Amino acid sequence: MPLQPRPGLRESATFDRHVIHEIQRAAETGIYDIRGWGAKRLLPNFDDLVFLGASMSRYPLEGYRERCATDVTLGTRSAKKPLHLKIPVTIAGMSFGALSAQAKEALGRGATEMGTSTTTGDGGMTPEERHHSQHLVYQYLPSRYGMNPDDLRRADAIEIVLGQGAKPGGGGMLLGQKISDRVAEMRTLPKGIDQRSACRHPDWTGPDDLTIKIEELREITDWEKPIYVKVGASRTYYDVALAVKAGADVIVVDGMQGGTGATQDVFIEHVGIPTLPALRQAVEALNELGMHRKVQLIVSGGIRSGADVAKALAMGADAVSIGTAALIALGCNSPKWQADYEKLGSAAGFYDDYQDGTDPAGIATQDEKLAARLDPVQGGRRLANYLRVLTLEVQTLARACGKSHVLNLEPEDLAALTIEAAAMAKIPLAGTDWIPGIATRGV
Amino acid sequence: MNVIDLSQTTVRELNHALHQLEPTDPGPRWVVREPRGAHAIACGLRVPVTVEIEGHAGYYCAGMNQFATVRVAGNVGVGVAENMMSGFVHVHGNASQSAGATAHGGMLVIDGDASARCGISMKGVDIVVKGSVGHMSGFMAQAGNLVVCGDAGEALGDSIYEARIFVRGKVKDLGADCVEKPMEPEHFSLLKTLLERAGSEAQPEEFRRYGSARRLYRFHIDHASQY
Repeated sequence: MPLQPRPGLRESATFDRHVIHEIQRAAETGIYDIRGWGAKRLLPNFDDLVFLGASMSRYPLEGYRERCATDVTLGTRSAKKPLHLKIPVTIAGMSFGALSAQAKEALGRGATEMGTSTTTGDGGMTPEERHHSQHLVYQYLPSRYGMNPDDLRRADAIEIVLGQGAKPGGGGMLLGQKISDRVAEMRTLPKGIDQRSACRHPDWTGPDDLTIKIEELREITDWEKPIYVKVGASRTYYDVALAVKAGADVIVVDGMQGGTGATQDVFIEHVGIPTLPALRQAVEALNELGMHRKVQLIVSGGIRSGADVAKALAMGADAVSIGTAALIALGCNSPKWQADYEKLGSAAGFYDDYQDGTDPAGIATQDEKLAARLDPVQGGRRLANYLRVLTLEVQTLARACGKSHVLNLEPEDLAALTIEAAAMAKIPLAGTDWIPGIATRGV
Repeated sequence: MNVIDLSQTTVRELNHALHQLEPTDPGPRWVVREPRGAHAIACGLRVPVTVEIEGHAGYYCAGMNQFATVRVAGNVGVGVAENMMSGFVHVHGNASQSAGATAHGGMLVIDGDASARCGISMKGVDIVVKGSVGHMSGFMAQAGNLVVCGDAGEALGDSIYEARIFVRGKVKDLGADCVEKPMEPEHFSLLKTLLERAGSEAQPEEFRRYGSARRLYRFHIDHASQY
């Protein structure tokens, strides 16, 4: 049981229990803390925005009766075969290796049921996820583990990964516990090693080279596939502008709340910027280049609800991507496994040790017995249900703002509740015209 | 013989035509004239066709090759034969950075020198460089063989996994976890085969072998300075 402070005991704000525990852990082990999940610190986020529902000056749509469309087309800039999705919520890249084959299958099943896409990860494409995913985005990562041109052609889109929100500037990790025979074979690595993925691509080094790399990928796939470029949120304005210049069809911006299978805690909590300002910067870059809605924008990192999705769309995203939330929908951190979490020194609702390969829910593991706990059919159904709820929630909010398509939501529909959110999102503070850093209207 | 003049035809048209060839009957060889350093020439091939490029090629020539034979009578830019799966790529001149990067199979032969990061993250390809290679060659090399008939630059084989590196000349220095290893009979035999296939007259006895010390395979506090 955790120690309950008694009256008279005062906890240090500087050296709180978590800090003390981490210093003690570091002193004992001599190695930094590696964990999964995303940033756990409190950050300005979509909860700090609200919608201005219609009343006198705006005309709402009738809930459940008047149509509010949700489809989105990605890759309209150059690809012969753009991706047409029924909902603007996609499944983010997560590797087979980090996740079990059953989890990958469940993600494919759930996404397919709802007409949206799922994404491979470091380590390549498995036949299971290709078979169960109607729309599959193939990640092209620095490690190129499992990368082959046949899978490139089998994919529905290609995502060139420069970074992810949990660790912009860092490469991947997959600790030895999860390097099973199959994972080792797919990645051409010895079984059981602590595997590090490269943080830079091996054959290009900057935006001019990226232009040529995109051209090569288009040539190999005969210009059919939409090409995404994914960046971790840091200098987002410039990164997005350069990715557009390099020829990307779709930009994926992953904020610092974005999840990971295994990363140093110091990286997760201290590198990158939150999703809220990253999204705003990305939209600004697209607008300044005259490419907003021509190059589509997907934003990810801490998306949890239909409200988050709707606010991201209103700020200018074309779609969002979910990772952690999708795993929770499958059964991650379920109270059903509370006893097992306790054995690992954790608890349902707190478990983040995806790197250990001992996930009681059978999702972030390569242990066959644990992986068998997840029924891919049931998991897929749960994910589809969750995506359905997100979609209904977005439609509810869009209708309230008088929009017949969720992509018609706009910044004007939003107000900020905090000065921080107003400044980061460049949305006026509620009840005012004030955006910190921008002159007030009429002044 | 099919002759394509890239001053008259686009790379896109060339590659598209090559992608339409039948695997069982790819037809006669293709000759590409006036390449003028264009990028992505003959990339994504997947049939056993022969393509001869008469001049210099740009980035990613023969990228992701499968089964095809591609010969370049000139120099090549960054990433020649990157992620090649199978087939044979022969550069008669020099190669820029990242030659054979991440390639899984097949053979890449460079008659001249290769710049930095030759064989970076290679995953099973055989690379023979008859000249020298630049710094960080064989970085994170996972599998396959990198044969250097000349010298190797700084940090050779840094963070190498299970690939083998053979160097005939001088090695400026070795990267993290890369060590010299003894040449066993099997290595002489392997090297002889690779050199013969590459058309090199170098003798296996002239080479030294380098590979992983496997000290960085598991995180360990005693090796923290090398991570």
